[in-house]
Amino acid sequence: MMMLGLGSVGLVLLSLAVQSGHGAQDSAVWSREETTERNYYTRYHNMSEITAWMEQMKRENPDVVSSMVYGQTYERRNITLLKIGLSSTGRKKAIWMDCGIHAREWIAPAFCQYFVREILRTYKTDTKVNEMMKNLDFYITPVLNVDGYIYSWHNESTRLWRKSRSPGTGGCTCYGTDLNRNFYANWGMVGVSTDCCFETYCGTKALSESEAWAVTDMLGKMREDILAFLTIHSYGQLILVPYGHPNISAPNYDELMEVGLGAAKAIKAVHGMDYTVGTSPDVLYANSGSSRDFARLIGIPLSFTFELRDKGEHGFELPEDQIQPTCEEAYAGAQHIITYTHDKAFYSYAATVRATLWTTLLAAWVSSATLP
Amino acid sequence: MGWTLFILLVVLTVVHGNPTMTVRTGSGPTVGFDQHPNSVPLGEDIQTTTEVVEEVMTTGVLNPSHYPARRAATVVQHYLNTRYGSPYRWIFFSTVHSGSSEVGVEVEDQHTLGSVSGQCSAELFFPEGEGQSAPQVQASCEGLHQSNTTAQEEAFYQQHRASNNLVSGNNIPDSYGHVEPSMKPFWQLGGVASSFIMLRESNESTLYNMAQVANFTQLETEKDQLRFNYHVLLHEMISQEIIHWKLLVTWSPEQGVQVLQTELQPKCHHCEAPPNTTN
Repeated sequence: MMMLGLGSVGLVLLSLAVQSGHGAQDSAVWSREETTERNYYTRYHNMSEITAWMEQMKRENPDVVSSMVYGQTYERRNITLLKIGLSSTGRKKAIWMDCGIHAREWIAPAFCQYFVREILRTYKTDTKVNEMMKNLDFYITPVLNVDGYIYSWHNESTRLWRKSRSPGTGGCTCYGTDLNRNFYANWGMVGVSTDCCFETYCGTKALSESEAWAVTDMLGKMREDILAFLTIHSYGQLILVPYGHPNISAPNYDELMEVGLGAAKAIKAVHGMDYTVGTSPDVLYANSGSSRDFARLIGIPLSFTFELRDKGEHGFELPEDQIQPTCEEAYAGAQHIITYTHDKAFYSYAATVRATLWTTLLAAWVSSATLP
Repeated sequence: MGWTLFILLVVLTVVHGNPTMTVRTGSGPTVGFDQHPNSVPLGEDIQTTTEVVEEVMTTGVLNPSHYPARRAATVVQHYLNTRYGSPYRWIFFSTVHSGSSEVGVEVEDQHTLGSVSGQCSAELFFPEGEGQSAPQVQASCEGLHQSNTTAQEEAFYQQHRASNNLVSGNNIPDSYGHVEPSMKPFWQLGGVASSFIMLRESNESTLYNMAQVANFTQLETEKDQLRFNYHVLLHEMISQEIIHWKLLVTWSPEQGVQVLQTELQPKCHHCEAPPNTTN
């Protein structure tokens, strides 16, 4: 339950008032404040609400949740992640998840919030989640493109903003670079624009954007520990595996496809939705400079892009009544990948030992049984 | 001039209402703004396109999960909306399945409430070369015969044809994805009208959806047609661009949706500057 100090109450009330242009939901605005936390996760939240929520997650779960500011946006805002896991003395392996690299994809930050709430809600009672919290740390960035996200909340005409908010250079007067074309991964080669007025503008050079640099820096520091990298987008209902360049194959393509298809199967089991799995050039379009590609290139073996609902009917403006089912299915998909990742890291040695032991025992029994 | 042939067996869903999927016979019309959608009487026989299947086998398999199948199915979706769409009938494709015995693609819809699914077979040509023109589509459908939308369409038409209370609206869906129930038919009409442009502008390197109805205004009824000015935002997936179009749209249950004028709106670059207040 939310335990707010007086200052926080003021902030929440202000946020609710600002949001009251909800059409038919106007009359429900004030009663929402008293509703259970469950209703919180069926609505979209602006940046100040998400920031307040991160503080709340830390406050309510001090043993397992801490936060880390790992960079600044162009407009000098903090880029913050939540680190979630049971504390241990040694160094832990990690799972990385980021949401909201593209501002207009509001369902993505909603999913990051849902994911955090779900593992915090279940880790004490669910033995598998508990085990993963023990062995892994989850590094979750609810909103990576903070400037863009705030801009997309400004008014109805800015809702479909995608890029960062850095100004164009060299006589180009438009704003923003596509953060997911700005990473040092075949930068600028395919599926990009070199005109700063376009949505896939890749920047003046790789990592021209401080947001992309922040992720690169963190991944670089942690690269030996990160087992899986998930970056969350919408829309299209896809699970994309590296690489975005049509002529380059990931060395573990078969494994990526197998795990991705398993995730799609888990997603479909929840609400029947089909998610298509493949490389970006195969199922969507070729592109370069993506964070997913960068993660795979520096050696993170399991790197996936999730494109959440829908398939174009609402597109970026997914109705709030679809937040919960979308998050439920995406959670099942993410958990499939994370469970595979965890078990591969922590069970394969044990599994090998067990198999060897049984083989030895069996051989001993057979040889003793056949002695005359 | 090169041609790319896609043969699709497409299962489509008509959402937001119980439609009657009228069925066409004969060869496909060329795409244009002077055709008469919804002018096909109900209950005609389905024409199968078996002669087309043999052609597919010589051109190769269309992988159902790869992008050409999705882009082609989307084009067929736009085409079918220009033919059969209305304020109460908006067609979407969803999943792609591979056909079992035939070389082709079956698209089966998994959509939610109030939807009906049926099966269509379609033939699609993307003309290549200079002066790129619109794709050419032929499609015939079966299995979408459910209780029809005629009553709803008729009631909506009668409600709005008298010009003493002209309707308008904006930002549909709104930022939260919400569509007021009273605005839903106008949203769907905008989607169907957008299909004319999206079909015309489609090629092998595009994937269009309507992102939003920015605004619409009802004009005086003329020649028994409801008339509207629409400003729509289209999302083109490969470039990720949001493209603004203004449309002059007419509709009646008899004549169906027609788009009389289209006007591409230039991108507003000076609109991108940071607002004065940031939070």
